Amino acid sequence: MLAHTLFFYFFSTITVFSAIMVIVTRNTVYSVFFLILVFISVSVLFIMIGAEFLGMIMLIVYVGAVAVLFLFVVMMLNVVEQITQKPKRSGIINNMSVGSIVGAIIFLELLVVIGGWKYKGTFLPLSFTSTNSDLTNTHALGNILYTDYIHLFQISGMILLIAMIGAITLTFSKRENVKRQKYFDQIQREKSSGVSLVDVESGKGVTFDE
Amino acid sequence: MIYINIFFSEIYKIIFLLLPILVSVALIVWLDRRVWAFVQKRRGPNVVGPFGLLQTVADALKYIFKEIIIPASANKTIFILAPIITLTLSLIAWAVIPFSNEMVLSDINVGILYLFAISSLSVYGIIMGGWASNSKYPFLGAIRSAAQMVSYEVSIGIIIINVLLCVGSLNLNKIVLAQENVWFIFPLFPMFVIFFISALAETNRPPFDLPEAESELVAGYQTEYSGMMYAMFWLGEYANILLLCALGSILFLGGWLSPIDIFPFNAIPGPFWMIFKILGLFILFSLVKAIVPRYRFDQLMRLGWKIFLPFSLLWVVLTASFLFFLDMLPSTG
Repeated sequence: MLAHTLFFYFFSTITVFSAIMVIVTRNTVYSVFFLILVFISVSVLFIMIGAEFLGMIMLIVYVGAVAVLFLFVVMMLNVVEQITQKPKRSGIINNMSVGSIVGAIIFLELLVVIGGWKYKGTFLPLSFTSTNSDLTNTHALGNILYTDYIHLFQISGMILLIAMIGAITLTFSKRENVKRQKYFDQIQREKSSGVSLVDVESGKGVTFDE
Repeated sequence: MIYINIFFSEIYKIIFLLLPILVSVALIVWLDRRVWAFVQKRRGPNVVGPFGLLQTVADALKYIFKEIIIPASANKTIFILAPIITLTLSLIAWAVIPFSNEMVLSDINVGILYLFAISSLSVYGIIMGGWASNSKYPFLGAIRSAAQMVSYEVSIGIIIINVLLCVGSLNLNKIVLAQENVWFIFPLFPMFVIFFISALAETNRPPFDLPEAESELVAGYQTEYSGMMYAMFWLGEYANILLLCALGSILFLGGWLSPIDIFPFNAIPGPFWMIFKILGLFILFSLVKAIVPRYRFDQLMRLGWKIFLPFSLLWVVLTASFLFFLDMLPSTG
């Protein structure tokens, strides 16, 4: 138990420290790297409470895909300019007011959710299917997601699909006059249509129509 | 103290896993160059040691004693961190690879997800190296590589789903044991082909070595690296290739199982079969390197997104409905 506690404090300290560093560092690339560190240590914490499936999915989705896209965008920015630029006072005041309101709302929500956890059993049945402790948590999760919550699960899948299609249609622009490689035309080209033997009269050369 | 005992026994196991892997990476580099040379009717490295076996060791020694040059405009921390991350990630993934029923460092429930997560993290070494070098070619190489690895990750993920549908577990040992009767390469042969090609792209091997295409990008993300740091990138790359060969042999070739369960074959212990299979896949990798010319970048993206992704999705639907309607779905547990 002692080792477990030590590891928990070790990783949670890293999480909190790097979460603070995300907003404190002036270099945006560093803050994305600290964000990645937050994701990794959160997934370690998930694994430590026995939710290994969630931890791994966290790594795959957030670190393996989302953060790579963040890095893609952020790496294009001019970092040197950002570091030398001093933040304006009016900007700080504006951001602080909006930020503190959003922060307060999130804090209240967390209070309600975590405070309500204690009474959860009295309001909602935990699950309609009995949880079996022999199952690995991947199976347990699947048993709940694909039975009780199948509609919510599918609706969230649909929303993601629509968001994806929406993003593609918004950014897609058909360009005119672009020469594209046509694979089938290339492969289907025959000797008879591609090559012709021409008798060249001396001193006249060949002219190609078309 | 019980903790100290656990600590030292784990350290001992880790060292006995990592040392053979590092040695085999050195040998595999030699094998790669030899196979490549034989295809081209050359001799390849054959001077240092018997058959040139020690060539890689000599190369590594050379790299260790060379000066590490850090470009003046580079971001020092990330520049140094990048090769370390590449090498570490390619080595920690071996923790879950089973070499026999018991010979596995950590037999976790979500082994395949762990491998997948680690291989999706390995893109960071390359991006960090390319960005921190603060130079054109490394940056272009890093961007190319990130796009390439993220796209082929998707198709590898869906191929893994195909196999998992037939197994019913995420544990690597259970995936191997599910292939006792028939290796998955037979029912899922198209998936094996796609897996193999995606693995080539995922490890930046030719014909998909666009991130380090020397004719356009000097050496891609490694351009500014020298000495030991370059060697670490290089070791990490080969350890990653071996890892994907191991993953391929676990998913499709029955891992440490013998091909047929009769006397002369099943007398050979599991780890040897595993090593044979990894070696076989690796020789295929190096043959491809020697035979196939490099792809263009738009062709690479087209192959990943427009051909592999729809095709492997279709196979997921086919596999799932086949298993469902013939009532062959694996039992959970």
